[in-house]
Amino acid sequence: MNLGRMTDHAGEWLRGTGPQSDIVVSSRVRLARNLAGYPFVNRAASRQRLEVLQRSRQQILEGKLAEDMIWVDINECEPMDRQLLVERHLISRQHAKASDDLPRGVAVGLNESVSIMVNEEDHLRVQVLRSGMQLGEAFEQINHIDDCLEKRLDFAFSKKYGYLTACPTNIGTGIRVSVMMHLPALKLTGEIDKVKRAAKDMHLAVRGMFGEGSDAIGDLFQISNQTTLGRGEQEILADFQHTVVPQIIAYEQQARQALVRQRPALLDDGIWRSWAILNNARLMRTDEVLSLLSQIRLGVTMGRLEKVTMRMLNELFLMTQPAHLQKLMGSDMDPAQRREARATLIRKRLGQS
Amino acid sequence: MEKHKCDKCDRPATYHSVEIVNGKKIEKHLCEYHAAEEGLTFKVAHKPINELLTNFVKMHSQDQSVAGPGDVACEQCGLTYAEFQERSLMGCPSCYQAFARQLDVLLARTHEGATEHHGKIPSNTGSGEQHQQQLMRMRKRLDEAVEAEDYELAAHLRDEIGKISTAVDGGGAAI
Repeated sequence: MNLGRMTDHAGEWLRGTGPQSDIVVSSRVRLARNLAGYPFVNRAASRQRLEVLQRSRQQILEGKLAEDMIWVDINECEPMDRQLLVERHLISRQHAKASDDLPRGVAVGLNESVSIMVNEEDHLRVQVLRSGMQLGEAFEQINHIDDCLEKRLDFAFSKKYGYLTACPTNIGTGIRVSVMMHLPALKLTGEIDKVKRAAKDMHLAVRGMFGEGSDAIGDLFQISNQTTLGRGEQEILADFQHTVVPQIIAYEQQARQALVRQRPALLDDGIWRSWAILNNARLMRTDEVLSLLSQIRLGVTMGRLEKVTMRMLNELFLMTQPAHLQKLMGSDMDPAQRREARATLIRKRLGQS
Repeated sequence: MEKHKCDKCDRPATYHSVEIVNGKKIEKHLCEYHAAEEGLTFKVAHKPINELLTNFVKMHSQDQSVAGPGDVACEQCGLTYAEFQERSLMGCPSCYQAFARQLDVLLARTHEGATEHHGKIPSNTGSGEQHQQQLMRMRKRLDEAVEAEDYELAAHLRDEIGKISTAVDGGGAAI
């Protein structure tokens, strides 16, 4: 597969459309599954790992689970291509960085909504990623994929514990439901800590945009369930759809309105200062871009800056990441060269808008 | 500690730091906004869930009356409970049975008190747990036979696995 083609567009989930996409950037559901009759990946012999990989790959590709599914052997990928897949949220950092003697791969659907990692922590990690608040749709799709897979593969399952996974934090449903939310006003007013406390009380995890262990850069927060045992998929999903997400959206909107009423200059200063820097800077770090773009995104969704579309912003979020930038420029660059190329790319793209 | 205003505006400071540079004491007090502007509050390090779990397991294992000895081992894959405590990862589906006694407290803590599954059940619960264990044992023997270059035994085992495997995908004997 030619991963190079990926760099000229963003996946469906970054289209910047979908319900409530002003605050909910994307919705994600993933399932952890293991093939019955094999040890988990961490304890399987290399022959068994290979067998799990080959069987899974065959069944995934023959199952026609999503339109035009392609397969990528991760251990044969260049480090840059692996990083590209991480930046597009198609594989985890763990999958990218695992040792070369672990045979592993990923199947990706054409518009990148569906990805299935094979031999990550579990034999299969199925993911559906959609733009905006589309958790219901994402769940329906992943449940259908799971139904198709279980007709072809026998999954490790126990009546007492449900789907069995390598880490006991995932057993039961094996489901992780998450939303990536853009919460700049809550961050600015310091109320984000309240949200984090409330989330913790509800047994939810709050993380950065690259999941486990990543920092919350660019005011993007990923909120996900921690409990997978003892509660049904629909119950977990309903919590997010009817309680968690609507409430956080309401908090963020209140904070935005309060800013407009009480500190409009502070709000606009952040937005326009960011615009000025993005349009004039000659050197730019990745984390700096994300913080600045976050302000522009806030400005666009609040109607205070109309020079750029959401789609272009989302594309810049992606294209300024290290691997995307280097693919786009067609050459390997050291961090200093990247900072310069990044600043140039941004000026060029924003200048066209 | 006395309340500080932000060095750059009138908001209350939430970020405080003291540095000694060339023998001079430099204090910084910043509000959420300005701390963020300087990139100081971006390092919100959430503990990864695995780490939390490891701590749970360790805490739990000190309570000997509940945890029992750390050297209980899974019959199928040989993983000991002590090894599980180190890495927070089970070795195979059978580990859940082997460590059932120790697990309930741990699971209840991680999953809001729950110790049993509610939710989707695969339509093809298929071969059942015992059958799955048998398959796993035979695959292990097959591996050992290949390793020992006993190809006659390996071929025999491969046939057997093919026969007993009721799995819909053909049991993987083709490889």
